[in-house]
Amino acid sequence: MSAHSEALREAERLMTVCNSCRYCEGLCAVFPAMEMRRAFSAGDLNYLANLCHSCGACYYDCQFSPPHEFDVNVPRTLAIVRNDSYADYAWPRALSGTFKRNGLAVSLIAVLSVVAFLFAFMALSDPSVMFARQVGEGAFYRIMPHDAMVALFGGVFLYSCLALFMGLRAFWRDMAAGPPPAFDLASLWQAMKDAGRLRYLDGGGVGCMNADERPRDTRRLYHHMTFYGFGLCFAATSVATLYAYLLGRAAPYPWWDLPVVLGTLGGIGLLIGPAGLLLAKSKRDPVLMDGTRTGMDAAFLAMLFFTALTGLALLVLRATPAMGTLLAVHLGFVFGFFLTMPYGKFVHGLYRYAALVRYAMERRAEEAAAEAAAAGGAAKAAA
Amino acid sequence: MDSAHDVLVIGGGNAALCAAISARRAGASVKVLEAAPRFYRGGNTRHTRNMRCAHDTATDTLTGPYTEDEFWDDLKRVTQGHTDEELARFMIAKSKDMLPWISAQGVRFQPSLGGTLSLGRTNSFFLGGGRAMLNALYQTAEGLGVEVEYDAEVVALEIEDGMFLSATVKRQSGLETVRAGALVAAAGGFEANIAWLKEYWGPPAENFLIRGTPYNRGTMLRMLLDKGVQEIGDPTQCHAVAIDARAPKFDGGIITRLDCVVFGIVVNRDAERFYDEGEDFWPKRYAIWGRLVAHQPDQIAYIVFDAKSLTSFMPSLYPPISASTLEELAGKLELDRAKFCATVAGFNAAIVPGGSFDHTVLDDCRTQGLTPPKTHWARPVDTPPFYAYPVRPGITFTYLGVRVNQEARMIMTDGRPAANMFAAGEIMAGNVLGRGYAAGIGMTIGSVFGKTAGEGASRRARN
Repeated sequence: MSAHSEALREAERLMTVCNSCRYCEGLCAVFPAMEMRRAFSAGDLNYLANLCHSCGACYYDCQFSPPHEFDVNVPRTLAIVRNDSYADYAWPRALSGTFKRNGLAVSLIAVLSVVAFLFAFMALSDPSVMFARQVGEGAFYRIMPHDAMVALFGGVFLYSCLALFMGLRAFWRDMAAGPPPAFDLASLWQAMKDAGRLRYLDGGGVGCMNADERPRDTRRLYHHMTFYGFGLCFAATSVATLYAYLLGRAAPYPWWDLPVVLGTLGGIGLLIGPAGLLLAKSKRDPVLMDGTRTGMDAAFLAMLFFTALTGLALLVLRATPAMGTLLAVHLGFVFGFFLTMPYGKFVHGLYRYAALVRYAMERRAEEAAAEAAAAGGAAKAAA
Repeated sequence: MDSAHDVLVIGGGNAALCAAISARRAGASVKVLEAAPRFYRGGNTRHTRNMRCAHDTATDTLTGPYTEDEFWDDLKRVTQGHTDEELARFMIAKSKDMLPWISAQGVRFQPSLGGTLSLGRTNSFFLGGGRAMLNALYQTAEGLGVEVEYDAEVVALEIEDGMFLSATVKRQSGLETVRAGALVAAAGGFEANIAWLKEYWGPPAENFLIRGTPYNRGTMLRMLLDKGVQEIGDPTQCHAVAIDARAPKFDGGIITRLDCVVFGIVVNRDAERFYDEGEDFWPKRYAIWGRLVAHQPDQIAYIVFDAKSLTSFMPSLYPPISASTLEELAGKLELDRAKFCATVAGFNAAIVPGGSFDHTVLDDCRTQGLTPPKTHWARPVDTPPFYAYPVRPGITFTYLGVRVNQEARMIMTDGRPAANMFAAGEIMAGNVLGRGYAAGIGMTIGSVFGKTAGEGASRRARN
């Protein structure tokens, strides 16, 4: 265990404390997962850290939290371990430094991306097109050719997917969870339900804590708006892609058409959700937080917010001469978002889901073992 | 500056908060004075986990019914009859209403999990434990308009002829007199008052570890007894379990407990065994080993076991002391090596061969011709590495209290009920729990008598 970082050593100490108390076992998945172990490898601790939803309940419920001399602060310690793990799993490894000053890195990339699009549009397209009113099918592509858009965004998206997959693979190996559960559909589905409902951002039913020990937190609601808003936007893009390739219908689409409806609803979610989460973050009891890496969270939320804001602005003003400029700004944010997905807070969703899958698998294995033991006991009793 | 309230509650745990909430709900203005700082509020409630209430059917969180009669049988057994039957039966009957009432005050319950399944039928577990329960009660009380003050120790009581008039509270800013129409004393026992413990235990009490906060000093209890309230419960007795000797002096709580005596042998400072480690199951053995160790020289003992048993019991905060040989282990424990090895060898040699070890039943693994014997679960300590936990008495609570009636009203030495003084929780637990312990019963006493006291105090104050 000497290879453990300071944060991992502290997490290991806390899990030893918590494992001999277990009062928090009803709050979330972290403590039952902890109880399945007596010793904690780095992979175990990274698993528990990514399983933690940061609801905060265990801090305020703990009789040993500071100023008690046992100094038990699970949310903060796991937040630090979790944030460290993002950098550890980054692919390629050389880019793990982007997690160090992530707020700065992500903001810079976003700004550069927006500026690059503006310059490229102005340099490459005819000003009479760029700053004129463009309407009707294919209006956007008069400014940026469709194939160029597909190549650029398809390319960055595929790269990000690869980088995310490699990170996920590193996490899965670190957890020593065995072969990926491609066929353990029950665990995948269980984790999907747990993630989709944010089952563990709930303090075990009381609600979660953020500013103090009163469970008045609203992060769950805002996270749902963010997550499902993002999902709707993703769906909008997917439907639009199908329209383009299957039906040969090019954007922009009328306001009542599916891509626009989905995108608008999603965009509204992505305005309110991230704003609410950011506000909650500003109210959060500092004792619960990593403290050194809030920039990462803020940058990710800001990125989502501005992507949505510029997207909605583009929708509202698409029939005006501002469309070209807004398209550049919006595409700049989207590009920046895609590019920073593997190097920012976005990864939390993947690792959280993977941890939930692992937890579902462990629970199923435990239940199967208990059933087998009960059956064995019954057989023994019968004999 | 003086202030006046209908009801003054002194203390800040479960009993105090139940009293404050019920008095406030009955319309009284209520002030709570908690001697501890905010973080340490709630005394022993901080370290509790569940409460034992009678119930007729299984619920979401309870696996089956627990009748009043069964509860009474359990209480009679653990106290060996040291209980006031009328009061105990009153409490048990009232306990039935406590689960919904406590839930209505914002406290959440969960099914018992993991290592506590044996209590899943009888005891209701607080989601998040005792501090979570306290947080909910405080939030409810403050929402109702109960005034709560921390770091506010009451140092004097003005009582005339069984009538409470005022309390003097000591704050950093000085002394203040607080008047109230009725008093609820819910300030716990005196387990953290080493000087008081020494009155009965002498110098060995210096070596006791206190499982709860340093604020359970018994100041209120002392003042009430001095002002003519009748006492109840054996003043010399306290609930003592064996806990890790490396635990802090105060507030080590649940995580320093050790329940592994069955897996090995227990020796004292002189490397001698002194009691049958295989006598009985948890919780009986749990509750006797504190006192057993308290009677050993220097109030210390060592639970010694080997590699076979390392993962057979709940982990605890501190890792066991380990060594590859018994000699080395004796050295690390600073015990006489030869004597220690002889004790282990003598134990190993006395084990009757052919036993089949099963720590879940009173098995047939035992010693023969050994004093004291180990009557169950005796397996040779012979597989390195060897391990030891040093243990000391850990004091949970004391039994001395004030006598009360069914209204939770204090009884004066002349046998008459006090006019406007009520008590709830550990400070009067000795009325129903004169000896022994059953998991979760302290919280039942606190909740039932707290609610009763609050209602009575409110009635009295507003008349």
